[in-house]
Amino acid sequence: MKARIFVTLKGGVLDPQGKAIHHALEGLGFGGVNDVRAGKLIELDLADDTSDEDIDAMCRKLLANTVIENYRIEKVA
Amino acid sequence: MKSAVIVFPGSNCDRDLAVAFEAATGSKPAMIWHRDTDLPADIDLIGVPGGFSYGDYLRSGAMAARSPVMQAVAQAATRGAFVLGVCNGFQVLTESGLLPGALLRNAGGHFVCRDVPLTVENAQSAFTSRYDAGETIHFPVAHHDGNYFADDATLDRLEGEGRVALRYAENINGSARNIAGILNDGGNVLGMMPHPERVIEPAHGATDGKRLFDGLVEGLMARA
Repeated sequence: MKARIFVTLKGGVLDPQGKAIHHALEGLGFGGVNDVRAGKLIELDLADDTSDEDIDAMCRKLLANTVIENYRIEKVA
Repeated sequence: MKSAVIVFPGSNCDRDLAVAFEAATGSKPAMIWHRDTDLPADIDLIGVPGGFSYGDYLRSGAMAARSPVMQAVAQAATRGAFVLGVCNGFQVLTESGLLPGALLRNAGGHFVCRDVPLTVENAQSAFTSRYDAGETIHFPVAHHDGNYFADDATLDRLEGEGRVALRYAENINGSARNIAGILNDGGNVLGMMPHPERVIEPAHGATDGKRLFDGLVEGLMARA
């Protein structure tokens, strides 16, 4: 079983990396980009019997810092 | 007086911190590898040094905060041992939950490496007792992720409880309320981005940091 963990900065948390990407896109001549937020995608290859609770605990205990980040778990068959 | 400096793979200010501890306490600190699960019994003072532990993988300080030795550090802190986290050490302390908040990428996106003026906000703590409240001191900073963040309620609580130890006298990295260093609720854990261990002898060009270490030792002696 595989799981994809999407880690994103919470709203209101400054994202200088996203800002730099935004500027670079504008530099390439792409108009109409209102905002850019950068995050992380972490792919986990898991034993089939891994519980949802364990995956959630992995996110809370290490993969995301919930002071500043949100996470979303997407299980892939 | 027993002191220790934690060493993670990628720490690079561990020996500087050890020199500062030795100069203040008169004895060499134990250098404790991150995989160790025990600290010397009755440890008085623990340093969590600057550097790039685990290559800053995932988030600065994230991996180090989950290393075996940090459980022993947390237990020692609960017991009342003094813990000083500098730069990456501050990031490790927030990631491990010993201090609230988080350190984000600098607002300007740049690594900041220079001497900065700091205002001593709380001169009552053991770490800051040799300074005067409101005094301006100068420590060097060298960091990319020093932008202190916490929600407003946490910031208000820190301010209300006198736990903002040091504040930048100018905005260098976007830190909330210009916070440069904070204390835990017991006053025995200090995390700070600036480097006091880099200004402890005249050859460094300044000695503002020496008083922090001397004050700590004085606090420990008073307690013994």
